[in-house]
Amino acid sequence: MYPRQISKDDVLKKYLYLAAVTLVLMLWLLPLGAVILTSVRPASDAAVGNYWGWPSGFDLVKNYTEVFTQTPMGRYFFNSLVITIPSVIGVLVLSTLTGYVLSRYRFRGNTLLFAIFIGGNFLPFQIMMIPVRDLTISLGIYNSYLALIIFHVAFQTGFATLFMRNFIASLPDELFEAARSEGASPLQTLIHVVIPLVRPALAALAILAFTFIWNDYFWAVVLTPSDAVKPVTAGLDNLKGQYVANWSLISAATIAIAIPPVVMFFLMQRHFIRGLTMGAVKG
Amino acid sequence: MTIWRRNRSWLWPAFFIAPGIILFGIVIVGSSVQSLWISFFQWDGFDEMQWIGLGNYIEMLDDPQFYISLRNNIIWLAVFMLAPPLGLFFALLINQQIRGMRIVKSLFFMPLVMSQVAVGVVFTWFYDPSSGLLALFFEAMGATAPALLSDPRWVTLAVVFAALWPQVSFCVILFMAGLNNLDESQIEAARVDNARGWKMLWYVILPQLRQVNFIAIAVTVIGALRSFDMISVMTSGGPFGSSNVLAYQMYSQSIQAYRFGYGAAIASVLFAIMVVFISWYLWRMLRMEKEGA
Repeated sequence: MYPRQISKDDVLKKYLYLAAVTLVLMLWLLPLGAVILTSVRPASDAAVGNYWGWPSGFDLVKNYTEVFTQTPMGRYFFNSLVITIPSVIGVLVLSTLTGYVLSRYRFRGNTLLFAIFIGGNFLPFQIMMIPVRDLTISLGIYNSYLALIIFHVAFQTGFATLFMRNFIASLPDELFEAARSEGASPLQTLIHVVIPLVRPALAALAILAFTFIWNDYFWAVVLTPSDAVKPVTAGLDNLKGQYVANWSLISAATIAIAIPPVVMFFLMQRHFIRGLTMGAVKG
Repeated sequence: MTIWRRNRSWLWPAFFIAPGIILFGIVIVGSSVQSLWISFFQWDGFDEMQWIGLGNYIEMLDDPQFYISLRNNIIWLAVFMLAPPLGLFFALLINQQIRGMRIVKSLFFMPLVMSQVAVGVVFTWFYDPSSGLLALFFEAMGATAPALLSDPRWVTLAVVFAALWPQVSFCVILFMAGLNNLDESQIEAARVDNARGWKMLWYVILPQLRQVNFIAIAVTVIGALRSFDMISVMTSGGPFGSSNVLAYQMYSQSIQAYRFGYGAAIASVLFAIMVVFISWYLWRMLRMEKEGA
């Protein structure tokens, strides 16, 4: 292991290390901590200028309830779910198919197609704004869930194809040879060989795609201007404009929209990290 | 029916890959190319498009705002290059397997999981000159807090530093994975040879982290060129366009000023910068794959 591991028996060193790391961590998360603290602060604190001291009381329930009763945040949450979940499913389906074909079939243009999927995904997606906006207008889906779903599925398929192609390429060749010698069609191979084996990869991909899509702000602003379909990220930006001085409300809303991806991250941390570092390390 | 049977070995794969190619081809590749095309027109988004050739590009050369945005993009890139070394530093710091470190590591990654909008709100408040935490520090030292986000000299740096927060987290994750995949025998051999400190890091560890380093730099460049969310949330490009970047200028020219042709021309510049980088990336990646195979 590098760096050299601190011995379990060296108790003093161990606790000094833990104390130092905790201090660094607290500084690292200081801005976030302050927002969490503010989100449970009674409004009266702000009135007397107590922004950073200990709260004079804890209004956790009150502030968070207010976010969902006084503002359209509940609506935004619902919208985010309606946009994110179908998008993630779409990405998983399409990328399993493209990844399977690109990894297991040799044909002219295979590498080129693969390069386009990766390259397209690396573009600063803002450059696609004008044509994508036009496309949704001419399809009559501008300012609807479908506009965002279609874009997210298309864009994430690039990254997801890279991911699934590499994963399926790393599966043992014998399985595919055996399927072929049994006379299995590509469809049968897909159903009986590929899909059962890619489940762990799909889990990693699902959480990554969920986080990326949930956190998207740019396309939400461009494609869904109206409150009825807008997701949480664009919604928070609205609230920030409307409730300028009400920091406890804004803070509570900020924490609330961060909760779904954070919970997903804690539940599936291993998958998340494996997905994100894929390509950086082998295995 | 016989045609199907004779060709099904390649028809199936063609069916499988078709939806992905069509969707990605139209929405991502098609739009990127079409954006270049639109940049040769004058267009308000509603009426007939009017061909003006290089008109938008010529205008751009005389547009002071364009140079400010370009300069800010370069500042973003330069400051973001701190993320890989800082990421490595934190990864080295927390890569210990003591009880309790697992939760510390997860908490370190938190800024990455949050949306950039949330990070933007968090830092808007952090910088707030009347009630922010930064103001508190200044007051404690008996000074008046600067209004970073409304000062043209500081605003871009203030936003970039906020954006650096999740980017460093990203790099920590990458380097942690790299450190846990090192070749133990090389480290042991180096230790037997009494390598330590900087020398150990420089000659033994870093060469093994080449691949991770490459990816950390790649995601950091992409992150810097995609910067939009934080600017939109924290400053809207202001004050007086001083924190604009190309992506945001393109957005405001198109959506707010209805100058879609000019917006597309700005997008093309961003595209050109990125194509150089992507070509380098793909070339290196495919070469590494060949070497590995």
